[in-house]
Amino acid sequence: MKHATRRTVGAALTSLTGLAALLIVTMLALILLDVLRGGAGHVTWEFLSQPPSDGMMRGGIFPALYGTAALTLLMTLAVMPVGVLTAVYLHEYASPDSRLARWVRVAIVNLAGVPSIVFGLFGLGFFIHFVGGGMDRMMGYQTMHWAQPSILWASLTLAVLTLPVVIVSTEEALRAVPMDHRTASLALGATQSQTLMRVVLPGALPGILTGAVLAVSRGAGEVAPILFTGAAYFLPDLPTSLSSQFMHLGYHTYVLATQSPDIEATRPLLYATVLVLLMLTFALNLVAVVIRTRTRRRAANAH
Amino acid sequence: MDREALMQQSLAETVVVPQLSPTARRRQIREKAIAGIITLMAFTGIAALVLIIVFVAKEALALFTDAHAREEASFSKMFLPQVARQGRPPTFTWQPVSSIPKVSMIPLFIGTLKTTFVSMLVAVPLGVAGALFAAEFAPRRLREFLKPIIELLAGIPSVVLGFFALMVLATLLQDTFGFTYRLNAVVAGLGLALAIVPVIFTVAEDALTAVPRSYREASLALGATPWETAWKVVLPAAAPGILAACVLGFGRAIGETMIILMASGNAAIVSSSLGDSVRSLSATIAAEMGEVVVGSPHYSLLFFIGVELFVFTFVLNMVASVWTKKVLKRLTGGAS
Repeated sequence: MKHATRRTVGAALTSLTGLAALLIVTMLALILLDVLRGGAGHVTWEFLSQPPSDGMMRGGIFPALYGTAALTLLMTLAVMPVGVLTAVYLHEYASPDSRLARWVRVAIVNLAGVPSIVFGLFGLGFFIHFVGGGMDRMMGYQTMHWAQPSILWASLTLAVLTLPVVIVSTEEALRAVPMDHRTASLALGATQSQTLMRVVLPGALPGILTGAVLAVSRGAGEVAPILFTGAAYFLPDLPTSLSSQFMHLGYHTYVLATQSPDIEATRPLLYATVLVLLMLTFALNLVAVVIRTRTRRRAANAH
Repeated sequence: MDREALMQQSLAETVVVPQLSPTARRRQIREKAIAGIITLMAFTGIAALVLIIVFVAKEALALFTDAHAREEASFSKMFLPQVARQGRPPTFTWQPVSSIPKVSMIPLFIGTLKTTFVSMLVAVPLGVAGALFAAEFAPRRLREFLKPIIELLAGIPSVVLGFFALMVLATLLQDTFGFTYRLNAVVAGLGLALAIVPVIFTVAEDALTAVPRSYREASLALGATPWETAWKVVLPAAAPGILAACVLGFGRAIGETMIILMASGNAAIVSSSLGDSVRSLSATIAAEMGEVVVGSPHYSLLFFIGVELFVFTFVLNMVASVWTKKVLKRLTGGAS
């Protein structure tokens, strides 16, 4: 009798936690459905290939797409070498109780928790005023050239923001390379750096790519850090140099959602922009998940 | 030759090797150089953190050193009630660009706390219960489906969540509860909850799955039901990790910007009602930095808010990482 009650209570509470999980999934589904319903009809080739017109009440998002792609490409170029080499240091070169390695780990954990808007302040204070200002003085520009918001400073700011993502996933990838491969290579007379270049890094490549993809998907969606380091409200021309400003999908979404004179008229454009942004990040995340499960399976088979 | 070099290399640690062939020496130098470059790169993470502290604090420093800034935005003006006009009761007001700047941070603190409170109220039970379900009760298949779904939720850019809160939640909640202001702390807090549920879920689930199977088996063998096992054995064992999950979620909620900027109404009002519009610390930086005069007291003030946000989240992060380690230590008996 008592046992039966305990079971019923247990079953009830179990389904309660199940309900919580269901609720989370439902929220995701609701967001997706709403964005799909509002935007699916408006994502046309014209929308993707044309600039906004009529004070952003009409037209497309091509400059924003282009700007987002250029920004994330630059960011990836900046973050990958640094992130991968840091992870290589932590996993391949540092001894486990090294003090430097411990400090690096503490720094990464904290870097991951710094609010994105603070990265924006950092980009403004360090990259634009300090580095940019210094470059202008050194090159003798009379007007501000580097000491103002640009795609270069925005992408470097994002590179700092995504550094922990790359380091953590690269380290995970390095861990998945079996120790035997390293010892076999060393036993054949290869040096540590030869082992690294020809055995360890190729073995970890899928995991490193996962990190790159995750960093891109995170970086492409962040708006707060680029608000005052380079994103522009509206630009008639595409960015042509590193010192240009740029349009951005996320910033465009923010602008359309909060600063439109007629929200009803902009609604289709807004929904279509959000749909494109969401599909881009989901596609990237999906790619990362697929590569990761494949690598994990392969690593599991190798043992 | 190669083999010899390797042996010499390992011997070099303990024994002084009298002669190295020129190739082997060159190789040794190259290896050292590469190791040096890699070690140097590892400093970047530390350097980035230090540079963030230095350069955000540097721009805020004028509040202490510059006489004009010190007068316009003194600590008493930031944190104590001020009489705006003679004969009026003292108030807390944030109006940094009026003819007489009023720079009380109290409305911003209240706004941040309100949105964070709402989001934690929703996200903690949902995230922890969801994690408990995934770790303890869900069949394996369901669990393997649940985790990537929640990762997807974590991947949604915050500007999209802000858009969703602004366009959909705000109308829905106003129709349901009849809020006076369409954009308010509840709308922003719910949007925020969408952003921090995945954080809490992931960290809590990690902590729960770290509990060894033997604990569960022992409990079941003593006749406890799965629920009792989860509640009285697994949950207490993972408790510090779950607390860490909540602390991390809290830190994320305090620092999150775009959702609040878009869905809170951005009015710096001192009130206790969750139905009023609010302005948070983070959204204030985002909204005002664009138009501020570089080097003005207002500019320094915005960087000072950045310093506050950095310090809050830094402390929360340290607490969370200590608690996460505690779980591992407790479960392995301090072996690792």
